[in-house]
Amino acid sequence: MGFLQTVWTIARKDLVIEARSRELAYTTLFFAVSVVLVFSFSFVVEGVALTDAAAGILWVGIAFSGTLALGRTFERERQSDTLKALLLSPVERSAIYVGKLVGVLLLMLVVEAVVAPVVGLLFQAPIGRAPLLLAGLLVTGTLGFAAVGTLFAAMLIRAQSRDVLLPVLLYPITVPLVIAGVRGTAAIFAAEPNLAVAQAWLSMLVFFDAVFLTLALWVFGPVMGE
Amino acid sequence: MGVDFDTVYVDDVSRHYGRRRALAHVTLEARRGEVLGLFGPNGAGKSTLISILSTLLRPSGGGVRYGAHTVGDTGDALRGQIGVLGHDLYLYGDLTARENLRFFGRLYGLDRLEARVTDALGRARLSDRADDRVGSFSRGLRQRLAFERALLHAPRLVLLDEPFTGLDDDSAQVLIERLRTLRDAGHIVVMATHDFDTAEAVVDRSLCVDRGRAWPVADGAGTLRERYRRTLAGRA
Repeated sequence: MGFLQTVWTIARKDLVIEARSRELAYTTLFFAVSVVLVFSFSFVVEGVALTDAAAGILWVGIAFSGTLALGRTFERERQSDTLKALLLSPVERSAIYVGKLVGVLLLMLVVEAVVAPVVGLLFQAPIGRAPLLLAGLLVTGTLGFAAVGTLFAAMLIRAQSRDVLLPVLLYPITVPLVIAGVRGTAAIFAAEPNLAVAQAWLSMLVFFDAVFLTLALWVFGPVMGE
Repeated sequence: MGVDFDTVYVDDVSRHYGRRRALAHVTLEARRGEVLGLFGPNGAGKSTLISILSTLLRPSGGGVRYGAHTVGDTGDALRGQIGVLGHDLYLYGDLTARENLRFFGRLYGLDRLEARVTDALGRARLSDRADDRVGSFSRGLRQRLAFERALLHAPRLVLLDEPFTGLDDDSAQVLIERLRTLRDAGHIVVMATHDFDTAEAVVDRSLCVDRGRAWPVADGAGTLRERYRRTLAGRA
């Protein structure tokens, strides 16, 4: 079976399960919107948001809800030890990793498609000012975050304290991604927008993605071997 | 690359989990057309041995050869010749029985997939529940489905860890018949179980596994259980 066929088979299986249960979509969406809503009471005073608050809150919501999605996605593979069944099949292990990554990535992007307008509404953030650039920042930032998170979530599947360990491992490593995402988004949302700066941060995110994806593809097979 | 083999050789295999020794210098052969039974107390190392044979675990020492092949030189293709029924059943509860088989069939790149899935559902006697979610099945029904999932790709080496768990008497007899059919068709079956009475009807050779070591169950008079107990007592 080809690499891309395997990726699609695994991702589609995850999407079918999610479409049926809608557990992850509802919980991550509810959690992300709640985070944004709570912060809006602190950072929006008399209808005016603090400088750069919108960008920060948006990315905090993405990171927190993404962590929740990653943990639950692999919890499903743990329940009947189905990750072992995937590893026993005659497919490239890197294809298993990418398949799981695609499933998580699509879910996070759906959540972001809802959360970004909520941030725009509550923080008066101009999300329509450079929509393609904003979408690029969100997609590349989410890809990098999910790339690292998928690897760690798979590694921790047999750890008893995996729910605690996942954010402990994930956040320090993805800090550069989140900072790049926040600064790029803030450059778009600023009163005097600087799209060149946003593009520079987007380039940085593409670079991080390339590094994280390469490392994750490289180590997934050996790590899952034990 | 096609990979096939007639015999699996386990050569002086040891496995440690940190400082704990799960297997120590185990040597055995499993041949085509035979059912090899692994018997032993809980925590004796049976499941570890099954995991090593399945390629999921690497031995800490020694090695496993599948005919002329090893895991290192054949990679993914070798796994296509191994079918595993684990203690956990490797089924997605949110997918139907048919979707589970179809999913794994696709991963194994099977041709005539729909026909194979329909046949497997029939053999598991689940044709009428084919489109029900597996999460709604009893343990016995899931066990039957998981067994057919493990055999969907007609693997040369069939590894079974407690295959009779949750099965009623009828289903256990059907499983016994299925194992005989596999043996006659030239598969290599390795089965770890505590169910002596049921397994005795089908095993050709038995090994006693205890504290990480393995040796043949004694020949002679008596049932398999009695011979196993004699063997265990003789090694204590």
